[in-house]
Amino acid sequence: MSGARAAGGAAAEAPSSDGGPVPVPGAAPTDVDMSGMYDPAGSGGLREMLRRRYLLRLLLRRELKARYKGSLLGLGWSYVRPAVYFCVYFFVIGVFMGMDRVIEDFPVYLFSAMVLVNLFTETLTSATRSVLHNAPLVRKVFLPRELFPTASLLVSLVHFLPGLAILVIAAIASGARPSPSTLAGALVGFAIVVLLGMGLGLLCSAITVFFHDMEQVVDISMIVVVWSVPMIYPWTHVRDSAPDWVLDLYLANPLVSAVTLFQRAFWLPGTRGDMPPVPHLTAHTLASLAFAVAMLLFGQWIFARLQSRFAQEL
Amino acid sequence: MAAPAPSIIVDSVSKRFTLRHARSIKDMTIRAVRRQSLSETFHALEDVSLTVHPGETVALMGLNGSGKSTLLKLISGVMTPDSGTVRVRGRVAGLIDVGAGLHPELTGRENVFLNGAILGMTQAEIRRKFDEIVEFSGVARFLDNQVKFYSSGMFMRLAFSIAAHTDPDIFLIDEVLAVGDPPFREKCLQRIRRLRDEGRTMVIVAHDIQMLTKLCDRGVMMRSGRKVFDGDVAKAGEMWRQDRQRPRPASQPVG
Repeated sequence: MSGARAAGGAAAEAPSSDGGPVPVPGAAPTDVDMSGMYDPAGSGGLREMLRRRYLLRLLLRRELKARYKGSLLGLGWSYVRPAVYFCVYFFVIGVFMGMDRVIEDFPVYLFSAMVLVNLFTETLTSATRSVLHNAPLVRKVFLPRELFPTASLLVSLVHFLPGLAILVIAAIASGARPSPSTLAGALVGFAIVVLLGMGLGLLCSAITVFFHDMEQVVDISMIVVVWSVPMIYPWTHVRDSAPDWVLDLYLANPLVSAVTLFQRAFWLPGTRGDMPPVPHLTAHTLASLAFAVAMLLFGQWIFARLQSRFAQEL
Repeated sequence: MAAPAPSIIVDSVSKRFTLRHARSIKDMTIRAVRRQSLSETFHALEDVSLTVHPGETVALMGLNGSGKSTLLKLISGVMTPDSGTVRVRGRVAGLIDVGAGLHPELTGRENVFLNGAILGMTQAEIRRKFDEIVEFSGVARFLDNQVKFYSSGMFMRLAFSIAAHTDPDIFLIDEVLAVGDPPFREKCLQRIRRLRDEGRTMVIVAHDIQMLTKLCDRGVMMRSGRKVFDGDVAKAGEMWRQDRQRPRPASQPVG
């Protein structure tokens, strides 16, 4: 690289001084050496993230620092919201409405689903905003734009870890001893959520640049997501009160499989096991995983196609 | 002798912008009922070709809206052309609104690392140049203060200093020389001259014709998205001066 630069510097003097062929201004190059030349707007997609991981780390740190700067509680705020949700669900649904008596160890059941659902909603909502909120950078500096949704995902993961630690402690305290196979299942559930959240996040962040409405659509959809998984009620309630095709549709939701896998690892072993298992969990899991991977590829493809127009739209 | 390997090739590039007058459904309906157009296209660049060789210092000249900045954005990769191709060799660093990468909530020190990484430097590289960057910017005393408390001059000095130390092969400079007080401006120019003498390629957009003619060895004159002259910088500057004195032709698109 440096050798080429030195040679280039010398060559630049040449045309004017020794009367060599002065490049015709503006003429389309025909016989020039094109080796080493590249498209400045070319992007390597998500693979590029590995190469720019130092920048990613700084963006992550910036995100975490800037969000809570000037507040007394700092990062603590990211735990207050889930804690409040948890208390509301536990007391209203669990105690007042009696779900505590329907589902054994209801707090663990609730919490094992909640950490995963929070990871999904936070990833998706913050990724959706990420490109729009970094508009000054997108407009002025060329960066692989996938950096912004990826940084959002990392922030959500940082928030997820303490929740997971609390879950593990609560599970063990309630007498659950997760087996290696159910833990592997939980890992698959986690993968489904991350892949799906990232895929949808890429898709929605690209659309948001063109239609700012998308941010609202995603925000509102998240209300539905929270209630569409067996988190504050058992799946059997859907079986007992809705027609079969609704149940099939319900169980086809990848998030339902992911949540069920988490509960199977952290909640089920601590109970007497009188909750009927979700039917065809393995098949649903495999389908969900395949769907999540497809979503990620699709999201990345759409993002890559639209990102060349980001700078002029913002 | 074969033509030396160029560092920037812009080959018959065109760029259109669509100016949307209505974004919401309500506005669209109103405009549709009144039979007004929903959008209009505006040719920012039309069939522009440009080959720049290593070590050349090129000034892009022309009135506002003639396409200089768009051309610079295409070379930096921020935008992509509608037709034609842009190819570059080596690392490109843009001094295009240098303040964009600074985050107001972070300290000066944190911003040096963040903005350095945004501009493509590695961690080791930033560590190595850290002292030099701080020294050049002259904000050493306030390094651990949040950037939002900086004066606008300090802000721009830090931003310029980071960008000027990225060691690019191709340097794109847009209007940043208008910032800062005269002594700092002179320092910036010195830095740019040094980078130029090291054989780096530069493309500069600025409004100071006199400064450009002194700094650059080639001038490209743009009018309404077309390249009308490419050659001696003094001559290009003369054309630009004439354009400025002449009232704007009515046919020129507004925007």
